[in-house]
Amino acid sequence: MITNAFAALADPTRRRIFEKLSRRSLSVGQIAAQLPVSRPAVSQHLKVLKDAGLVGVRAEGTRHVYAVDPDGVAAMRAYLDRFWGRALVAFKQWVEQEEDA
Amino acid sequence: MSAFDPVRKEIVVDAPAERAFRVFTSRFDKWWPRDHHILEAPLVNVVLEPRAGGRWYEVAADGSECDWGNVLIWDPPRRLLLAWQLDGDWKYDPALITELEIRFIALGPMTTRVELEHRNMERFGGKAAATRATLDSPHGWSTHLGLFAEAAGTEERC
Repeated sequence: MITNAFAALADPTRRRIFEKLSRRSLSVGQIAAQLPVSRPAVSQHLKVLKDAGLVGVRAEGTRHVYAVDPDGVAAMRAYLDRFWGRALVAFKQWVEQEEDA
Repeated sequence: MSAFDPVRKEIVVDAPAERAFRVFTSRFDKWWPRDHHILEAPLVNVVLEPRAGGRWYEVAADGSECDWGNVLIWDPPRRLLLAWQLDGDWKYDPALITELEIRFIALGPMTTRVELEHRNMERFGGKAAATRATLDSPHGWSTHLGLFAEAAGTEERC
């Protein structure tokens, strides 16, 4: 089972599905209509993406709608945004003190 | 802006590009925020081996080492492309590769703009999703982020 996000996205078809879902939520049928891939194959790719924690699914009437849940990624991005901001300020202080060798 | 956009930062420093590149790549002991490392023992240094394929790792006071990633492109004094392989819990994951590019752009003989771009945010998704279950607990990730913000705000000057 592929549980790692990087490994899950290494497959080009899965990456395309993931990119489509990052723009809007879609059903299996809607994804299959947009790609040269059968519905069963789309379902299989979605299962891998779901197992890797990259997409979520909810029921809307009789169909299942898949969506990217960006919350976890957003938290990590905010963390790195603050981290690199502060790291660069510290870097500036030291590089301006340092003498050339 | 989406959660999947790269993190982009830039800063202008009063130093030649050569010095900026050298200090960035070889003086982590001076500028790296000291509280941000993996090993139990205090951080002594961070080493970036100066070549494509070189390791990027931390060294702790007890002599232990832990990988952070490696060098993808080594192009002094203009450009550095690193593989950042630390996940959302600040743990090394050899299966995770996110790209960190740093460009050093000479604006004058003593002025350099440093541009940093950390890409592939979506690759933190799997781990982030696994961590999400603990997000709302008192010891969850949000607390971790809060502690990080405090630590970063009061980072030591060494």
